[in-house]
Amino acid sequence: MLIQILFYLFSTILVISAIGVISTRNPVFSALALVMCFVTSAAIWLLIEAEFLAVVLVLVYVGAVMVLFLFVVMMLDIDLAELRQGFTRFAWLGWLTALAVIIEIAGVVWAKGGLGVDASRGASPQPADYSNTLELGKLLYTRYAYPLELAAMLLLVAIVAAIALTMRHRPGLKKQNVDMQNAVRAKDRVRLIKMDAEKGS
Amino acid sequence: MISLAQLLTLSAILFSLAVAGIFLNRKNVILLLMCVELLLLAANFNFIAFSRYLGDLNGQVFVFFVLTVAAAESAIGLAILVVLFRERRSINVEDLNTLKG
Repeated sequence: MLIQILFYLFSTILVISAIGVISTRNPVFSALALVMCFVTSAAIWLLIEAEFLAVVLVLVYVGAVMVLFLFVVMMLDIDLAELRQGFTRFAWLGWLTALAVIIEIAGVVWAKGGLGVDASRGASPQPADYSNTLELGKLLYTRYAYPLELAAMLLLVAIVAAIALTMRHRPGLKKQNVDMQNAVRAKDRVRLIKMDAEKGS
Repeated sequence: MISLAQLLTLSAILFSLAVAGIFLNRKNVILLLMCVELLLLAANFNFIAFSRYLGDLNGQVFVFFVLTVAAAESAIGLAILVVLFRERRSINVEDLNTLKG
């Protein structure tokens, strides 16, 4: 019963913050509402005993991706008024599509035997000594070892691509030339000259 | 105990809100990226719900990979956005007409 109450509470927060993401004027508020979405989703995932993914969602999404979003939103100087023009022009189409999607999926889910399984009951709770992280780790490092390596490689490619895209060379910029610095000899640097001392007047 | 139908309905609502968001914010690329993140979150909800309901952990492994790919996607998307803003001083989708598409 408590789990049901918590589920409805978190679902309400999740839906409200999702509405916040798509309808606020300010992109910073949208990003913060999206953070709220991820955190409440992590809470719901904890309720259905997917602990590892809940932690990963908070760490990776709230900790890294959303911070990146906030950085970009705050760095760019965006003309909001221009972007808001025509906001309501296709709004009815948007809400109509949303309504159609909800009705279709809910119709399939709640229909008797619509999914081919009995959707009205939940999963039986795991035993107390069950470790979600351990079981996922066993799968990841045995059957999914090769896809895991590919995912790591994909992240590396993403790092290289993101840096290569945003790096820019500005002409006329004063910067160090490391090659020349390393190749320099003392005799190139210091020039000893002989000159007569000046006569005091 | 949370039933499968409740979880699927929640993810359907989340998915449709994200689709509506794409319709509403057609001009703002940043909000489009955020809506894509919401879509992926709704899909992940389905994966986890079925994984728990059927007692099959492979679904949760797939969510793990979806999170990885989504992180890479948003990083590169934001990098492209920054370059775009540097060139055009605008992130309006309607200004992106260089390719005459």
